[in-house]
This record gives sequence, C-alpha cells and structure tokens, in this order.
Amino acid sequence: MKRIVNPIAAVAFATTSTFAIAQTPPNVLVVGQIAEPQSLDPHAVTAVNDFRILVNLYDGLVRYADGTLEVEPSLAESWDISDDGTVYKFQLRDDVEFHDGTPFDAEAVVFNFERMLDEDHPYYDTGPFPLAFYFSQIDTVEATAEHEVTFTLNEPFAPFLSNLAYPTGLLISPQAVREHGENIGRHPVGTGAYQFEEWESNSRVVLTRNNDYWDGAPDLEAVVFRPITDANTRVAEMRSGGIDMMVEVPPDNVSMFKEDPMFQVYEQAGPHVWFVILNMRNELLQDKRVRQALNYAVDKEALVNDVLQGTATVADSPIAPAFNWAYNDELDGYPYNPDRARELLEEAGAVGEELTFYVTEGGSGMLDPINMGTAIQANLESVGLDISIETYEWNTFLGRVNAGLEGEADMAEMAWMTNDPDTLPFLALRSDAMPDEGGFNSGYYSNADVDKLLEQARTSTSQEERARLYKEAQAIIVEDAPWIFVANWQQNAVATDRVENFHLQPSFLLQLRDVRKP
Amino acid sequence: MATPLWRYVGKRLLLLIPVLFGLSLIVFFIMALIPGDPAQAILGSYATPENVARLNAQLGLDKSLPQQYLTWLGNIFQGDFGRSYNQNREVISIIAERFGATLILAGTALVLCSIFGLLAGIISASRQYGLVDKAITLIVLIGISMPAFWLGLLMIMLFAVEWRLLPASGMFSIYGGGDLPDLIRHLILPAGTLAFIATGVIARLTRASMLEVLRQDFIRTARAKGVNERRVIYRHAFKAALVSIVPVIGIQAGFVLGGAVYIETVFQWPGMGSMLVNAISTRDLLLVQGGVLVIAAAYVLINLAADVVQFILDPRVTA
Repeated sequence: MKRIVNPIAAVAFATTSTFAIAQTPPNVLVVGQIAEPQSLDPHAVTAVNDFRILVNLYDGLVRYADGTLEVEPSLAESWDISDDGTVYKFQLRDDVEFHDGTPFDAEAVVFNFERMLDEDHPYYDTGPFPLAFYFSQIDTVEATAEHEVTFTLNEPFAPFLSNLAYPTGLLISPQAVREHGENIGRHPVGTGAYQFEEWESNSRVVLTRNNDYWDGAPDLEAVVFRPITDANTRVAEMRSGGIDMMVEVPPDNVSMFKEDPMFQVYEQAGPHVWFVILNMRNELLQDKRVRQALNYAVDKEALVNDVLQGTATVADSPIAPAFNWAYNDELDGYPYNPDRARELLEEAGAVGEELTFYVTEGGSGMLDPINMGTAIQANLESVGLDISIETYEWNTFLGRVNAGLEGEADMAEMAWMTNDPDTLPFLALRSDAMPDEGGFNSGYYSNADVDKLLEQARTSTSQEERARLYKEAQAIIVEDAPWIFVANWQQNAVATDRVENFHLQPSFLLQLRDVRKP
Repeated sequence: MATPLWRYVGKRLLLLIPVLFGLSLIVFFIMALIPGDPAQAILGSYATPENVARLNAQLGLDKSLPQQYLTWLGNIFQGDFGRSYNQNREVISIIAERFGATLILAGTALVLCSIFGLLAGIISASRQYGLVDKAITLIVLIGISMPAFWLGLLMIMLFAVEWRLLPASGMFSIYGGGDLPDLIRHLILPAGTLAFIATGVIARLTRASMLEVLRQDFIRTARAKGVNERRVIYRHAFKAALVSIVPVIGIQAGFVLGGAVYIETVFQWPGMGSMLVNAISTRDLLLVQGGVLVIAAAYVLINLAADVVQFILDPRVTA
C-alpha cells in the first residue's frame, strides 16, 4: 500500500512513540466523514458529504461570505447585472491557475457550464450532472474577453448568484476533463486552497496545501478525509485519537464531548427545515382550523430538546432563520398549545378522525425520523386524533412522497436544505409546483397570493425588495399552515483541542482554509 | 486416484456456470423489485419524476428489465461488468480494489475460527461433561448468540478507546505504516470478532464428531493396545473426525464472507461487504451484481477446495 505524501510520512516517523497509537501529526488534519464520496467532480455529485471535500479543492465564481449565506466575490472579482436581470457580466481574476498549471480564464468558465448544460458538448458524456437544473435558466454563456464571462438568462432569476456559490457552481480544469474523460471524478483538478493528492477507496482522500493559492496559502500541510460510515465507530475513532475532527455527531454523544476538555464542540444553524406535509386533498385537512390544530398540538420544544437533544431549534416558517435577510421574525408561529388544538379540532368536528402518517427510516437531513414520527403521533393522539404510521426506507419513501400524497397518506415527514430562500417555497408550496408538473408540492397547497409573491421575489434583483416579498409570503403561509413546521437542524462537529481557527458555516460546507493544527 | 479427482473438480467447475447464471438472474430481479431506483438515490430530495426520468435515460435505465439484463449478460461475456451508476467507475476496478481486503479479513477469520474451533472441540470431547468442557461450551455459545456488530463495537470501546492498544478502524494507518505489522494491528479486532462468532459451529461440530469417533471400535482397540491417550485423540480419533468437519469449515467460509458485511461496516474495513451495503442502499445494480457474483464464486471455490480435501482424507467419498 502506498504511503501518502512524503512530508507527512516523515513527520509521522518522527512522532511515532512507543505507544501503539500515536496522535495525528501536526499540520495534518484528519477529518472523519460519514461516507466515502461518490465522486470529486463538483458537477456530478449531490451529497453534502462530498461537498465538504469539494469546497476545499475548488473555487467558484462567487462564494458565501464567511459565516453567512450572502454571496461575495471569489474567482470573479466583480460583476454587473443588467436592469432587466437577465444578463450577468463577470470580471474574472487574471492571476489564477488550476492545480495542473493551466490558466483560469473565461474559456474555462464557458467549458464548465457548457459541459453541464449542452448535450452536444464533447464532454457532456462525462456526466450525468444531476443538479444541472440549478442553472437551467442559463441561455448562453460566452467568453466576452479573456477574463470576462457573460451569462444570458432566459428569464430574470434572483437566486442565480447564490446558485453559483453552491458547490454545483465550482469550476474544474478543462484540461483535466479532456485528459481523464469519464474518470475525472477520481482525478479532481481545481483552483482551491488545497490540491488533490490521493484517493484510496474507502480509506482516505488526501489533499495537500496549494502553496500558490490566490487568496493566501493555508497553514495546514494536508487534510485527510476518512470515511467512517458507522456513527459509533466514528465517535470511537474521535475518542481514541484516530481523527482530529468529525462531522454529524450523533445527538447521544454531543454532551459527552461537551463535558470533555479534550474536545471542542461546534454548532451552527443552517438553511434546513424539517416539516410534516399535510395532504390538502384530504377533506379534513382542507379545513384550515384542522391544520392549525395540528401545528398547535405538536410539542416542538420537546422534540428538539428531548428527541434531538438540542441538535435543532424550533422552526416556525418555511424559510429557515439562517437566511437572516429573508426570514420573517415577527410571526408568532404555533407555540405548543394542546388546549387550543382541541378547541380547533372540536370546532371543525375532527375529533377522533383517523390520519395516515408516512415516516421514513433515515435519509439526508431527516435527523431522527422514526423517533420524531412517533413523538408527533403521540402529540396528535393526545388531542384526540387517531394517527397510523407507515414506515418506509428512504428511497422508497421519496418515491411515494414526491409523487404526491393523494390517495396515499394524509401526512408525511420531509426535510430540505437549500442555498436560497426562494428554493423551498418555490418548489414545494406553489400552485404550479404540483407533483405532476415536476414540482414538490406533495400536499397540494395553493394560494394565489403566495404564488404571486414568490414569482415577484424570484425575478427582482433588489435584495431589499426580495426580503419584503418573502416576509409577506411567510406570513400568509404560516397562517395557512400547509405543513406542520417542526425543526431547523443545527449542524455540529467535534474537534480535538489541538484544532484552531475552525468554525462551521451556515451553508453546511466545511471550509478548512484557515484552520491550524500546530 | 488422480484421474477421478480431476474429473470431479472439472465437473464442479463447470457447475459453477449455471450457479452464477441463476444467481445473477435472482439478484437482478430482486434489485428490480426493491422500490426506488439509482436516479432517485442520486437525486435524493431533488427526485422529481421529471428529473428521475431524465437521469434514468442518461444512465440507460429507461429500457425494459429483460433488455437491461440481456445487455448486462452480453457485456459480461466480453469481460465488461459495466459501470457503477453512483461512482461512475468500472465495476470491475471497484471490486478489484475491494476484494483483496475482504479476502484478508475473511481468510484470517476462517483460519482463526478453524484452529480455535477444532482445538476447543477436541478438548471438549476428551473431557466430556468436565469443567473445561462446560466452560468451553459456554464461551462457544456466547459466540454463536452474540450479534457481530455489537461485539465489534464492544471490542473497539475496550481496545481502542479505553486501553488505546489497537486502532479502532480502517486497514492501514493514515500516516506512516502501510506495512505488514501495521496491517496486523488493524486486523486483530475485526478478524478476531468475526472468528469468535464463527468458532462456535466448528467447535460444536468437532466435539460431536470426536465423541462419535471416540466410541468406535478402532479407538477401543488402540486404547487396549496401550497407545498413549494423547496419540489416540490427536492421531487416530481426530483424523477420523476431520472427515466430517472439513465440509463444515467450507460452509463457515460462506458465513465469514457474509459476516464480513457487518464487521466491515463497523470497522470501516475497505472490503466488499461495506461496498455491497452501500451499493444496495443506492440501488447501484451493476455493482451489486458484480459483487455478489464474485463472493458467490469465491464461496463455491472454497467449498470445492473443502470437498477436495475431504476426498483426499477419506477414501470412502467417491467423486
């Protein structure tokens, strides 16, 4: 078996003690991941687990500013947006090279987007590119100068910049794509703070410092990502000194790490919403009083504190508070009030009615779905409803729920993580987003006012204007209660006390550029 | 004797073809029956019917099932196992990377459980109903009834977290290491756990066959002739009992290959088991097919080897 980069091996030999287990060497950060990445081609992957590696290897035209979900310049120094919101002109940095030494220029940007979007592009077959629809509004992308690239959209689309900051917008070396073809996912070449060194299947992905990084070379010599699928094993590796940092700490273990001075626990709320879809084609649930009663009946505080053990906060809107500029913090939501719930149910004549509740066993962003499902069931039964749970494995569950709940179930768990306040309500709460039209409105919520506000917010280029529209839409949606709003997940991570200058990002991406581990 | 043996081996190898063919058919259609498809697994929350249909078309999954199966079968004959939908890599190169790790783990476990199983069985049989027999029976029963993943986690907590004697997971150290001693340090916990669980059946069976043999006339004769008891047990009785034990070791090979699935997941061993678990949950059909075929072929070949050994040991077995 090959050794990883020589400097690391040298350090390791120098530090190997007489103990069987040595600590991880200085200036090398070993991160315990939840799974092996599928690929390191930013356009081919969909999982947060893979994005955590990618953002350290690649840059995009823009990025999320540290600690926020607001966009700031990255490989593009500046940009102009036409008044009608359809033409975006980016001025690119002229001092950047890919890790393979080829220059980063406008042609490279054009190559990246055409490869993803144009079926006739010679490297389109190195896909598929499942999230290419993030950029489906792009009509043309042109190199209008050596370091100027111009996107023309087929309609004004306000989330465009924030989609560019999403990992699907990271930029890969065209030369590397030509060289490696469909195997590019194992030979990633970007412009990022770290460059790819080695990927040993199911053991490790090694990145080393990019000494020429345009935004200042990182301090660490190398970052090693280890896939450790079993959460208990991941915790054991953390405690036995085999890794320096782990993400997605199981709620059961968070307090143990918090009490131990050897470890630092990081928590960060993100753009995540956990909710229960209510099927509005069910006669009972067409009554707003019943939907509001369901919201009052669920003890969200108890769910986030007891079931999720403080790894989430109570949600009260379809837009997560992490989108601080768009989140409406003036709404009262539905604080736990079983008496009010019973009253509303009695008024609506719904006491004793039976509802079917789809629950999943696991899945991306679903937290602890079975225990949450049974806790919600208990809450609803205590106000006089009869809830029967049907549990499905995640992929099966998605197939059933995304096809629409009509004739299947009355309620279903769901969770979304998005990068723009537009995404979730636009895809899951609009009249034109019904499942048979390719949308995710599986509960068939429909309100013409909400539709209009969301359309306006999506085409406006002023953030202030957008914020006002989203806040207005939230007020209507919360009053209508098409979902039970339950939780906003707090991402967490644990690191040893040797790790410095690390913090989590609300984007849920793992930025390691500034981390030190002397 | 050589001729009928080779004919027997040849016949068994030919039988491998229909076995693998039948198995591939079963795996293919079971995978097809599980709800959800690769496109859905890849797209996750973004799996609208429209996106799923587009991605399935790109993956070549929009054809009918028999058509997909025939395409796959045709490619197999040209040595092409297809590409993993999820990883977009050749199935054969993924398996090649993983198979060695599984063989090391399962092979070590098989050797360990054979040695300990035989020893425990012999000692038990020679002290039937004695204290040692009872103690061994108890330990062996604990092994048989303990869930593999739970025992694995327990071992990790003790040896890696509490005592810091052995690494918690993986096959090689992340920095330095990479040599044989490093591999052995990483192998002790997973192989030991797997062996502990697989030892029981061999030990119980060895004990039973030894007891049966020890009651036979030739043993009484040997003892009457004044042959030393050690020699009676290890030379005469054990050799006779081995004939019925060897096929069980072959069957246990299947058990350790299968048990490796949990053990590999718990210990993050980079083998076929953890690969299959992931491939099934992401509906990565071709990877599941390739993996199952390779494991099945290994199982059949190990059993064939066990039969050959039995054939050599026991002249009564005819080919």
